[in-house]
Amino acid sequence: MDILLKIVENTKIFLTEIGELSLFAKRFFKEVFTRPFEFKELLIQGYKMGNKSLLLVGVTGFILGLVFTLQSRPTLMEFGAESWMPSMVSISIVRELGPVIIALICAGKISSGIGAELGSMRVTEQIDAMEVSGTNPFKYLVVTRILAATLILPLLIIFGDAIALFGSAIVENLKGDVSFQLYFNKVFNALKFSDLIPATLKSFFFGFAIGLVGCFKGYNCKKGTVGVGEASNTAVVYASMLLFIIDFIAVFISDIFFEI
Amino acid sequence: MKNENNIVPILKIQNLKKSFGDNHVLNGFSMNLYEAENLVLMGKSGSGKSVMIKCLVGLMQPDSGSIEIMGKDITKLTQKEMNNIRTEIGFLFQGSALYDSMTVRENLEFPLRKFPEYVSKSEALVIEALESVGLKSAIDLMPEELSGGMKRRVALARAIILRPKIIIYDEPTTGLDPITAKEIIQLMKGIQLKFKTSSLIITHDVDCARVISDRMILLIDGINYIEGTFKELLNSKDKKVQEFFK
Repeated sequence: MDILLKIVENTKIFLTEIGELSLFAKRFFKEVFTRPFEFKELLIQGYKMGNKSLLLVGVTGFILGLVFTLQSRPTLMEFGAESWMPSMVSISIVRELGPVIIALICAGKISSGIGAELGSMRVTEQIDAMEVSGTNPFKYLVVTRILAATLILPLLIIFGDAIALFGSAIVENLKGDVSFQLYFNKVFNALKFSDLIPATLKSFFFGFAIGLVGCFKGYNCKKGTVGVGEASNTAVVYASMLLFIIDFIAVFISDIFFEI
Repeated sequence: MKNENNIVPILKIQNLKKSFGDNHVLNGFSMNLYEAENLVLMGKSGSGKSVMIKCLVGLMQPDSGSIEIMGKDITKLTQKEMNNIRTEIGFLFQGSALYDSMTVRENLEFPLRKFPEYVSKSEALVIEALESVGLKSAIDLMPEELSGGMKRRVALARAIILRPKIIIYDEPTTGLDPITAKEIIQLMKGIQLKFKTSSLIITHDVDCARVISDRMILLIDGINYIEGTFKELLNSKDKKVQEFFK
């Protein structure tokens, strides 16, 4: 009976959180199109998110391409299909692996960062101070961060994909004597717009989810310093969950429009 | 004590009520703040002081009652009108609430950014405000490089930069050593004399109340329990009042 009550209670909490997150998103869409626009803060946030994630995304992408190629090689060799390696790797990375893995890495970096930053601003009354000074903190802190994440993530994913393909090319060059020119020729022959467009479109949604969840958790942070840790932690968990849900929906829709 | 008979209060709170579920924090609190007056509001922790000042600056909506600032009932204002009123109020937060990611200069410039007429002369205003609190040399430091007392001073400079008519101090001496606390109290007095502001000071610090108050109010059980000068309250026979001065 106790377990049942707990399940009911947790379900209630979960549904309440979803409701509050939806209202938060609604407020974002309401405020994003109204003046004043905080362009300077948007640029600062975009620069911070992009610049500080570049190395992490680069390293992740490089290892992803490297490992994926190394692991796939023996199997393809068994079927005498090594020549398919550039096509297989590029399609897998551009369509799915690159966006999802890099978005997950960014969920850990950007979403938790926003959650912790806004959370600490909330508990130290900095957000209240901003409001008292006549600035709309939602617009200044939340709208700019969500927009920045939405715009920066596709760029990070494209960068990560490129580095991953470079990593893969190195393996092919060393293990299979495939020149870089030949490798990238095969990559560009294999990739179509129907691979790039859905992947790029969904990366905007990934960025939006990462920014939204981080801001939601940080902006509504309670319970002092413990709450800041909680906000940062749950931001990553929620953002990661949301990424998989968005990915599932995106693949489903792509299948209809682009016939994967 | 100021003469209350013929003066229109700059801030007038009437019958303010605020509850959180069954917890009735404010039960019809009323008070007036007059021009160039230092009014100290004392009350136990959890007595509703913070809720009252949050209602006062629009961070919280009261359940009922009215708050008139310079003749305008802020409970009925739009967000834009409220933002205009906020320029007339300086707020010193208990923990200073300086923006961590900005330098002292940027912290002080932040309230000016909405006003084109101030932006052009922001440098002069920032320097003047910092000079008023004796911290001009800290202009390019980050908040993390400042001591607790310095943070409080910078926060005070930020609170006065728009030349507000009212300054609200939320526990201005809490967390400071006695010497720094005295310095802050003297600074508050100096600013009140220089800018002719009306001050509402929320504090537990009896020394602070003794030095700075023109008038005092005790907030007990969510109401204005008693008001008078420091001396009047100190000599009160009421047990609840005496508890504060023990």
